[in-house]
Amino acid sequence: MKPVLLVSDALFFMLLAALAFGAAYVRRTPHLAAGWRAVGKSSAAMASLTLLTMFLVIAVLDSLHYRERLPGPQAHYAPEVRSALDALLAPLRLRQEKTYSAPLALHSFAKETSPDGHARDFPRLRHGGSHLGDDLDRHMPDVLARGVRGAALGLILWGCLWGALALLARRAPNLAWPAVRTTLLVVALCGGVIYELAQGYHVFGTDKVGQDVLYLTLKSIRTALLIGTLTTLIMLPAAVVLGLAAGYFGGWIDDLIQYLYTTLNSIPGVLLIAAAVLMMQVAIEAHPQWFATAAERADARMVMLCAILGLTSWTGLCRLLRGEALKLRELDFVAAARALGLPATSILLRHILPNVMHIVMIAIVMDFSALVLAEAVLSYVGIGVDPHTISFGTMINAARLELAREPVVWWSLAAAFVFMLTLVLAANLLADAVREAFDPRREQPA
Amino acid sequence: MFAYLIRRLFYAIPILIGVNVLTFALFFVVNSPDDMARMQLGAKRVSQEAIEKWKAERGYDKPLFWNENAKGLGKVTETIFFSKSVKMFVFDFGRADDGRDIAREIKNRMGPSLAIAVPVFVLGLFAAITTALLLVYFRATPLDFLGVAALVTMMSISSLFYIIGGQWLVAKVWRWAPISGYVEGISAAKFIILPVIISVLAGLGASARWYRTIFLEEITRDYVRTARAKGLPERLVLFRHVLRNALIPILTGAVVIIPSLFLGSLLIEAFFGIPGLGSYTIEAINAQDFAVVRAMVFIGSVLYIIGLILTDISYTLADPRIRLS
Repeated sequence: MKPVLLVSDALFFMLLAALAFGAAYVRRTPHLAAGWRAVGKSSAAMASLTLLTMFLVIAVLDSLHYRERLPGPQAHYAPEVRSALDALLAPLRLRQEKTYSAPLALHSFAKETSPDGHARDFPRLRHGGSHLGDDLDRHMPDVLARGVRGAALGLILWGCLWGALALLARRAPNLAWPAVRTTLLVVALCGGVIYELAQGYHVFGTDKVGQDVLYLTLKSIRTALLIGTLTTLIMLPAAVVLGLAAGYFGGWIDDLIQYLYTTLNSIPGVLLIAAAVLMMQVAIEAHPQWFATAAERADARMVMLCAILGLTSWTGLCRLLRGEALKLRELDFVAAARALGLPATSILLRHILPNVMHIVMIAIVMDFSALVLAEAVLSYVGIGVDPHTISFGTMINAARLELAREPVVWWSLAAAFVFMLTLVLAANLLADAVREAFDPRREQPA
Repeated sequence: MFAYLIRRLFYAIPILIGVNVLTFALFFVVNSPDDMARMQLGAKRVSQEAIEKWKAERGYDKPLFWNENAKGLGKVTETIFFSKSVKMFVFDFGRADDGRDIAREIKNRMGPSLAIAVPVFVLGLFAAITTALLLVYFRATPLDFLGVAALVTMMSISSLFYIIGGQWLVAKVWRWAPISGYVEGISAAKFIILPVIISVLAGLGASARWYRTIFLEEITRDYVRTARAKGLPERLVLFRHVLRNALIPILTGAVVIIPSLFLGSLLIEAFFGIPGLGSYTIEAINAQDFAVVRAMVFIGSVLYIIGLILTDISYTLADPRIRLS
């Protein structure tokens, strides 16, 4: 086994480090800490944070990449790059059927001519429900039994998790812990049931080439989280530096930066993205020597997509920060710092930046959900992630034509819908709570 | 007012130059025309003659900025920069890969696009404002809470699901409207109605919630208290006073929608087979028709700037205190 660090992995871990650093910074800064305490008192925000943490764990597992060692005396490694999540989900990944099958089904979705060449019938699945043998009547009782077992497992899991968290809860008693407890219970129950059922069936069915939809959905989470967070990570420095510089220095610097973002802003985002992605495709095609493996190429494409999305989305934050810096520049403490002869860079760093942190934080959480949604749309249009990267967009794209079938193949879409809705809804609720806690304009509730 | 408009139009020039230079850099400097040819001709081992022919057909065989071999003014005009970028200012976009004139194609496709975008814009604004006013009327009741929860859920659903679900349910299962297609003239209505409704629904969550916050901010003002104090029923307070005073932020918000209107119609047009600018763009992206994408970027920013100027004009209509000068 040889560990592989893809570019997106490296950036993702950098992001996690930045997150940890940011958390430490917030703890040291009283007004930010107070804001987050207010967030913690909101049930919706705590439930969302719990869910997002679950998604984050999956994404982290899916970011630990490695290449398998091939059998043989020499150290040869498999060309495919796998992740820790792939290893955990190996049973799901390997139990591939021929084509579509409905959730929990025993039979394939498409008719096939039987081997003896007589009747066209729905063939049994190779893996789904194969433990039942020919005893098809046991299907429903077996599903139910597994469901009950799964629920029991979920309860035990929940007990352990909550037991550990309860210790933490005692240290910060006025946060909305009941919401966390309930969310954990729901997640543990669903997880337990799905886990038990997935041992014998395809819980969410299989797709056109027979891949397990549950596996695809879990793999999509990393793509969604990565696009939602890396984009912000990439655009943040530019937005902060340019926005603060424009507002603080004024004059021709302000004019130049304003011109820059007005110009970028006047191009409808999707068109700029389309043009940039097309050109990126040309560049990738023209330089195949840049990438050792297909995974590296798909990964580079995703990181570039984040950079391109960042290019179109930094203007909003930049404008907000410019306005704020314009206001702060005139305040007494900044004037005092200037009078003491502090250089401009340290005034910006020590006196202006801490006072705009809440705007930056609001922007980060607000952008996240929009970016997750944008990824799906862009992948549909054909300017998103690599077609071989598993993402919600590529899943929807593959499933969309099948609605024309009779009966309808609905499970891929349904699975993508449920997971995307959960992720984006959680992000939106958290964003609301964060904005409510930090936006100074909305201090007095109406 | 007139002088202001002229000045705004002059402000637009440097921005359009910026857009132009940016697209030029993106399309011709980041990658050489040779790379583009190789990408589009597909094969890795494509011959140099094929590449030269591809470039000559599209006029990409000239130098970028300065043509040494031409005479006189031709040194400047016989270049990619002049023939591809400068000519955009007179809306001369050259030909698409299928040989059609891009400018004419854009003109023909403007109609169907507007037939979708204008009703979506108007109905969307109306639906969002109505919903928001209703929620504000019932503020701090369970109805308000449920409404906001519904709106947040609605805005968390990808627009893809609205389109796919709506098309499947209305057109395929219920058969109330044609699945896709378009005809000119008045009978276009039956093709337009479903895409319009779906677009409005898809945008309702975010915009209604946004307007609700605007209205909530507005009803804390003094004039609202005065209106209530003189005995005006809440209904009239909201419709007569709050709505009018909230018009400025509403108009500002409406401009923000214009680019997303474009994105929305991009998907809608592709799904419903409407021959507008959105589906033109998608077809160009899929066919990797670089000239069309470049033209659309320019047209898109022209439309955006026009939208901004229109908003400024609408400010003066909404609030007579605002004078453009």
